[in-house]
Amino acid sequence: MIKDITIGQYFPGNSVLHRMDPRVKILLTGVFIVMLFAAKGIEGLAVGILFTVTAFLFSKIPLKMMGKSLKPIIPIVIFTAVLNLFFIRTGKVLWEWKIIKLTQEGIDTSLFMVIRIICLICGSSLLTYTTSPIDLTDAIERLMSPLKKIKVPVHELAMMMTIALRFIPTLIEETDKIMSAQKARGADMETGSLMQKAKAMIPILIPLFVASFRHAEELALAMECRCYHGGEGRTRMKQLKMSILDLWGSLFCGVFLAGVIVIDRVLG
Amino acid sequence: MAVIKTEDLTYVYGDGTPFRKVAVDHVNLEIEKGDFAGIIGHTGSGKSTLIQHFNGLLRPTSGSVYIDGERLWDNKARLRPIRFKVGLVFQYPEYQLFEETVYKDIAFGPKNMGLDEDEIDRRIKETAKLVGLSDSVMQKSPFELSGGQKRRVAIAGVMAMEPEVLILDEPASGLDPKGREQILGMIKEYHKAKGNTVLLVSHSMEDIARNVSKILVMNDSKLFCYDETAKVFHRSAELEKMGLAVPQVTRVFDRLKAMGFDMGEDVYTVKFGSGLLLDRLGKKGAK
Ligand SMILES: Nc1ncnc2c1ncn2[C@@H]1O[C@H](COP(=O)(O)OP(=O)(O)OP(=O)(O)O)[C@@H](O)[C@H]1O
Ligand SMILES: [Mg+2]
Repeated sequence: MIKDITIGQYFPGNSVLHRMDPRVKILLTGVFIVMLFAAKGIEGLAVGILFTVTAFLFSKIPLKMMGKSLKPIIPIVIFTAVLNLFFIRTGKVLWEWKIIKLTQEGIDTSLFMVIRIICLICGSSLLTYTTSPIDLTDAIERLMSPLKKIKVPVHELAMMMTIALRFIPTLIEETDKIMSAQKARGADMETGSLMQKAKAMIPILIPLFVASFRHAEELALAMECRCYHGGEGRTRMKQLKMSILDLWGSLFCGVFLAGVIVIDRVLG
Repeated sequence: MAVIKTEDLTYVYGDGTPFRKVAVDHVNLEIEKGDFAGIIGHTGSGKSTLIQHFNGLLRPTSGSVYIDGERLWDNKARLRPIRFKVGLVFQYPEYQLFEETVYKDIAFGPKNMGLDEDEIDRRIKETAKLVGLSDSVMQKSPFELSGGQKRRVAIAGVMAMEPEVLILDEPASGLDPKGREQILGMIKEYHKAKGNTVLLVSHSMEDIARNVSKILVMNDSKLFCYDETAKVFHRSAELEKMGLAVPQVTRVFDRLKAMGFDMGEDVYTVKFGSGLLLDRLGKKGAK
């Protein structure tokens, strides 16, 4: 059913990660990515894995959800693994058949890459799992606000994103209703050739467009009635505030980053 | 034989999620051919959910629906013919209009039925007359019309399919009293002209009392009763406990009864009530 599409992947909760400031979370996700790419050897990566697992445990997100976010990247993982397995031709040869050659180095590298990708996806999806889309846009707006100096309409962009996010469920609901109404008039959307199916979308798309324009007009009017005039001098109902949690989070992240670098230097 | 029959019909929204909601709960119901019935119930009582089962738009979570003795969902290919047999007009149907002209929009349903041109034309002309759309309006874009006119076009779009059962979800909501009266009038006209079964969901007890002969009451996802109008309004105390008001005139006569002026009969339309009252007063010699 069309309703089952989830928007973003926010998983409501009250864990430590949920309560952290979204700005800090975005920045720390950046640090996390640096951490993974700083790791040159398997030992450094082990620290990265440890960090991912700890962050995951702190987030209290069910393991099932993690599996869900990994599903779409399975092809990429397989592709990376195969590429590294067969195209790295240096190192001790383990098995050879015609032009195919498996080497120890190939296996090591492909394992390393696969683990790194999985960590990358799991770790960064924690950001979207623990931060609502609205908080996320808010934080992006704040982080990008220096760009206002070079005339980038940061507030307007963020506002557009917020509005778009807000209206996705509304439009899904509307699509459902219109589909039901046209089905009740005998519209047939399941059978027929591709051309016929495309044509069958018209009775749904037109009312949907009309509805979107209506929503846009009503919303614009409502915003004007409330004296909305853009970002200049605008204060927020929900202030983003950093707390001691964010300090601990940053410290935690910093320690692991240092850990990765040191271990790589010492053992690598 | 009952044209609509349900057996332990149950529907659950969002089953298996934290938002699980039983919207229709073990409903057993038989609606006879030719009935003109009103469906009432407080907001969220499951009226809209219930009627969407009658033409196979929603699949029961458990239980079954029979149309003319045929069990729905046994054969999915039969659902489309069933939808031509049971026409459903949604709440705010004007938002489903899409064609270039009113004429073409009304033709959408009949065309889907695979009728020939002449028959489609005949039906459109007939329904247009019934709902009061003039020839000049028929060639306009539906998006140029007023809200009330759009509503009529949308209802005509389903009526032109000449369904054996016509179901309307709050067809008069959001209209002024005159608009309401016209919409309800044309529904009544349709029922009279065709003798088809008509189900009418409404929040207005007055509208219901004036038009229908039977009432179906939904309460908290359950069927409370399906009975003759008089018998249902007779249970005014129970209805009020559910948050449903009986028609104002019924309340007036209830109070009169409590004060000792028993009229002997239940009153639920102003016309009948005033007649009764004048009668009584006349008998006593007053003018
Ligand atoms: N698409 C949906 N998803 C989840 N729950 C729904 C959905 N549609 C309705 N419900 C819930 O099911 C219950 C019954 O809804 P329904 O629309 O059938 O009520 P109703 O009697 O038609 O109310 P109203 O008089 O306001 O139109 C309500 O509690 C509603 O919240
Ligand atoms: Mg409803």
